[in-house]
Amino acid sequence: MQLRIVYAKLGFFGGDDSMLHESGQQVEAEAVAPWRATAASEIATVVSNRAIASEYRRLVLSCGPIASGARPGQFFQLLCPQPAGEKPFLRRPMSIYATQADPHRIEFLYKVAGAGTRGLETLDAGDTIDVFGPLGVGFTLDPQWRRIVVVGRGAGLATLAPLARAAAEMGIGVTAVLSARRPDLLVSADLFQACGADVIGVTDAEATSGPANVEKILRGLISQQRCDAFFTCGSARLMRVQQRLAAEFAIPGQIALEQQMACGIGLCYCCVRDFNVDGGIVTRRVCWDGPVFDLAEAMP
Amino acid sequence: MSVDLSVKIGSLRLENPVMPASGTFAEGLARVIDFDRLGALVTKTITRELRAGNPLPRVVEQPDSMINSIGIPSKGLDHFLNETLPLYAPYTTPLVVSISAPTVEGFASLASAMSVPGVAAIEANISCPNIEEDGKAFAMSPDSAARVTAALRKATALPIWAKLTPNTGDIAAVARAAEDAGADALVVANTILAMAVDLKTFRPSLGNIMGGLSGPAVKPIVLRQVYQCARAVAIPVIGCGGVSTAEDAVEFLLAGARAVQVGTASFIQPDAMLRVIDGLEQFCLHRDIARVSDLCGALLVEESDEPDMSWTEPAQ
Repeated sequence: MQLRIVYAKLGFFGGDDSMLHESGQQVEAEAVAPWRATAASEIATVVSNRAIASEYRRLVLSCGPIASGARPGQFFQLLCPQPAGEKPFLRRPMSIYATQADPHRIEFLYKVAGAGTRGLETLDAGDTIDVFGPLGVGFTLDPQWRRIVVVGRGAGLATLAPLARAAAEMGIGVTAVLSARRPDLLVSADLFQACGADVIGVTDAEATSGPANVEKILRGLISQQRCDAFFTCGSARLMRVQQRLAAEFAIPGQIALEQQMACGIGLCYCCVRDFNVDGGIVTRRVCWDGPVFDLAEAMP
Repeated sequence: MSVDLSVKIGSLRLENPVMPASGTFAEGLARVIDFDRLGALVTKTITRELRAGNPLPRVVEQPDSMINSIGIPSKGLDHFLNETLPLYAPYTTPLVVSISAPTVEGFASLASAMSVPGVAAIEANISCPNIEEDGKAFAMSPDSAARVTAALRKATALPIWAKLTPNTGDIAAVARAAEDAGADALVVANTILAMAVDLKTFRPSLGNIMGGLSGPAVKPIVLRQVYQCARAVAIPVIGCGGVSTAEDAVEFLLAGARAVQVGTASFIQPDAMLRVIDGLEQFCLHRDIARVSDLCGALLVEESDEPDMSWTEPAQ
């Protein structure tokens, strides 16, 4: 019998379990799986790229199965087209807004804010864009949970959106507390509602988005047994409210964090943040160890 | 016809002349490319002590380039030997360990500690500040480059690659000094000292104020330095600066490099190194060049009947 060494090529720490695919054992040649990429840069085709609110645009891309297999909370590095007069050099990290398996699609929600997103704005249906992903560690849903609470603001509204369907598919009820400056900017509300979530919108315009009011809402949900876990993104002050409540009521939580990135795959240590782990400060890479982290350990 | 992509860096044979630049390579890239296809693996710079790195922001983009001031965060020697090194054991590709220290003695003792099975060569990042000389990088002067290289030579039997800084007046003199002191190869070069200002805030764009420029924009500068160093020494020169494509790599090889390191390009295209390797093979096939090493130093500068290689018949 012919034997050869199968290398534990991907047996590295960090990242998600899907990258582990062989152990460093001697096995029969027939059983050897070739090296396989679990993230790739690929040329995706624009299906649509339209404004969906006064400040946001939704980009729908046709892609391959590696990309459409992205899980909630993961992100892509987009090689943005060059808008007139500007040359964005690095890729732009963007969390997924939605995925679809048949046909393979990924969607992003973005706000035009810089050279990269100004480039994205130029894309028309049929154009192509180089996308690299899926990257990072996404959200995890515990099948034991019955009801979760999702709290988001700003870009966090897009990052948290894929949780709505993922939770619904597992029979987990969702209450989404969505925060924005004005009611028309609560961009993910429709998506959450379509997946059966209860949506509570809070806005600056209505003076309902302050931490005191959000805390009142969250305490109400906790007392109604509607909060087995917190999921949050996009607001440091809402993070602190949830960290307090999570500690008080022993509720687990996950937070998706943002940070400026260069490589997106753990090479450059550009996107580090500090975390409070058992009273000590630990530095982690948002792109590789996250972007989703334990809520209790996150620091503003 | 098949192309022989292998090159020799001193006693070390590489399957191909393409490897990562230190600081732009880590285990995460294994999700995207097969490490066994690379010519060598080069770690991030490791220091003996724990280092936190610089304040944020650590990177700012510029046209066709970026400036970084990451600051060599390091989990230290013990973490590297116990946790990181075993991860690379399954690969057949030679592992080059990049090291740095603030003193000559620190460099020597770290090189000695790194001389363990699984390490194929030591890349000495002597572009870092030397606290014994007012923070000036070792590789800014021939004297301090020679002192640290000589100490490294005594400390280890492994090949020593001295990584030079481009931020010096006479890089060829530094190259000669490192060669005379016993370096087995030179890596030319590191990032170019640079700075950017945020006009919205009037603040420096980087937390550390200054940083190092890298990316396609620096290629012509580093190519010139590779040419100058390769003319000055007999040991192999490894080109490092702005290589993004196979064509860039060919330019470096023609200018005298024996191999190239690909850095910032991997941030833009994570499989950039594979694209360079495949492109080099295609280039050689089209030009009917049997060995990629035939390109090394093949720059034509004398007047001749055939002024450039484009007159060569393509392979049939």
